[in-house]
Amino acid sequence: METTSVKKTKGERIFQAILVLFMLFMIVITLYPFIYVLLSSISDSRQLISHTGLLLSPQGLNLDAYVKVFQNPNIIGGYVNTIVIVVGGTLLNLFMTSLGAYVLSRKGVPWTRTVMLLIVFTMFFSGGLIPMYLLVNNWLDLGNSLLALIIPGLISTWNLIILRTSFEAIPDGLIESARMDGAQDFTILFRIVLPLSLPVMAVMVLFYGVSHWNSWFSAMIYLRDRELFPLQLILREILIQNSTAYMSGDASASDVEAVGESIKYATIIVATLPILAVYPFLQKYFVKGVMIGSIKG
Amino acid sequence: MRFIAKDYRRHKYLYFMIAPVILYYFIFHYVPMYGAIIAFKNYRIADGFLGSSWAGFSHFISFFDSYYFWRLLKNTLLLNLYMLLFSFPAPILFALLINEIAGKKFKSMVQTVTYLPHFISMIVICGMITQFVAREGVVTDILVWFGMDRTALLGHPEYFRAVYVISDIWQSVGWGSIIYLAAISGINPELYEAARIDGANRWKQTLHITLPGLAAIITILFILKIGNMLDVGFEKIILLYNPSTYVTADVISTFVYRKGLGGTNEFSYATAIGLFQSAINFMLLLAANRFSKKVSENSLW
Repeated sequence: METTSVKKTKGERIFQAILVLFMLFMIVITLYPFIYVLLSSISDSRQLISHTGLLLSPQGLNLDAYVKVFQNPNIIGGYVNTIVIVVGGTLLNLFMTSLGAYVLSRKGVPWTRTVMLLIVFTMFFSGGLIPMYLLVNNWLDLGNSLLALIIPGLISTWNLIILRTSFEAIPDGLIESARMDGAQDFTILFRIVLPLSLPVMAVMVLFYGVSHWNSWFSAMIYLRDRELFPLQLILREILIQNSTAYMSGDASASDVEAVGESIKYATIIVATLPILAVYPFLQKYFVKGVMIGSIKG
Repeated sequence: MRFIAKDYRRHKYLYFMIAPVILYYFIFHYVPMYGAIIAFKNYRIADGFLGSSWAGFSHFISFFDSYYFWRLLKNTLLLNLYMLLFSFPAPILFALLINEIAGKKFKSMVQTVTYLPHFISMIVICGMITQFVAREGVVTDILVWFGMDRTALLGHPEYFRAVYVISDIWQSVGWGSIIYLAAISGINPELYEAARIDGANRWKQTLHITLPGLAAIITILFILKIGNMLDVGFEKIILLYNPSTYVTADVISTFVYRKGLGGTNEFSYATAIGLFQSAINFMLLLAANRFSKKVSENSLW
């Protein structure tokens, strides 16, 4: 807001100082839980349990927890399933959302407004959890398959709106001249509109991708076979339901509980590392996407 | 009909392209809406959709009469109230503060860091929460240092709402501020110039220019929140609650989940409650919108 600084009053200087301190506090508060988890994951479980208070360094540095995590076939399986869901799901999401956004962004087509209203209405009213469950599981018989995780969420209306806004911004002139050259809508979409929309498509990939990566509830209610469980569901067993017993090979009960602690932390790191790793690079795309969506939506 | 035929010839491929999209919305959004009719039946899987007998409003009545109704309603509304009081304003205040940061690099670093928790999955977040407020957890340690008795926080109903709301603020204050920062950047800088010339300091500028400039987006988001009141965040509650905290943690959505998918297969009953939720939410949405139109120029539509 201020480009040239007029002389700062003492009050303003104090305010800035307190502001900086507060922001540093926010940064610490945001990051410390992750640091705590990381340190705990490379600590010895028994020492971890007896330690109280803030953790500033690993207690008995060892990587046992990680060894146990990677030895667990469920975790590897969970990773594979999640990757399949993320890749396959996101591709389908992009395909369907692009089709919808393209058609609904065309001017001069009278029914697009009605269709848009019908679609937006679904954001405010729905049949509820049970009818959806019965539909997917019983009436369509998609239960216990990865399709149940992908198909019900094929299009996110919010993302559709963002993409449509972006497609609307493509200059009519380009489209018109393509049409005069004889191009039909499919060609226009794939050869002109999409190549010009790569940044917002990247945002779509990120939004849908992260959503698939983090999702767990659908998997929990629809899947019955362990081999199909995505990573988050395996995590849920370990973190929330405390089922670490099968992961440790130790005999005594206190050993089982002890090993469990650092394994939980290691599991969190293993599951979150991909997101943490790509996040700094992709963050600005996310922000841009939200800004486009919020201003128009 | 003739109109469609003529339009079809002009825009043939658009029809092909929109068909799967319309099919998707029809099957996965409108069919379930119709399927909610089972709330008025005694749906049994064996009898099927058409074969199940009619129950009229009996499921609704039995819900209102049920032992848990007032508790569920109270928990749902109270949790919402706390969210609206604390979790809703937090990103706004945070955005205002971020806006005041002088150093560009520092500002952008603060934002990058505070957006991070939003991307972590709810399972991991709840896993961390469970660890941190456990009997030997780090947050418990800090609270004990301040004088609290040592105990696992998630085992006690009186702590549930605090844990829920505070962790929600932690996770969403950064990301939530984006939309407000975007709105602030849209405010005409000349307004600030004029105010400065008139001698207004930053505080006065914030009060008289920034906040009114945010009024529109705040109102819209607030109306939307009201329109979701009976749904309050149930995935997170499912991950954090347990029978000993049902007294404060069990909300309408989690009750619906347990009744419908918890093994007793009370599909019609659960659907009825779900319909009740949707209906009330919709009415709240309309009411909030109308009220907002009356007192200000801002509304959802």
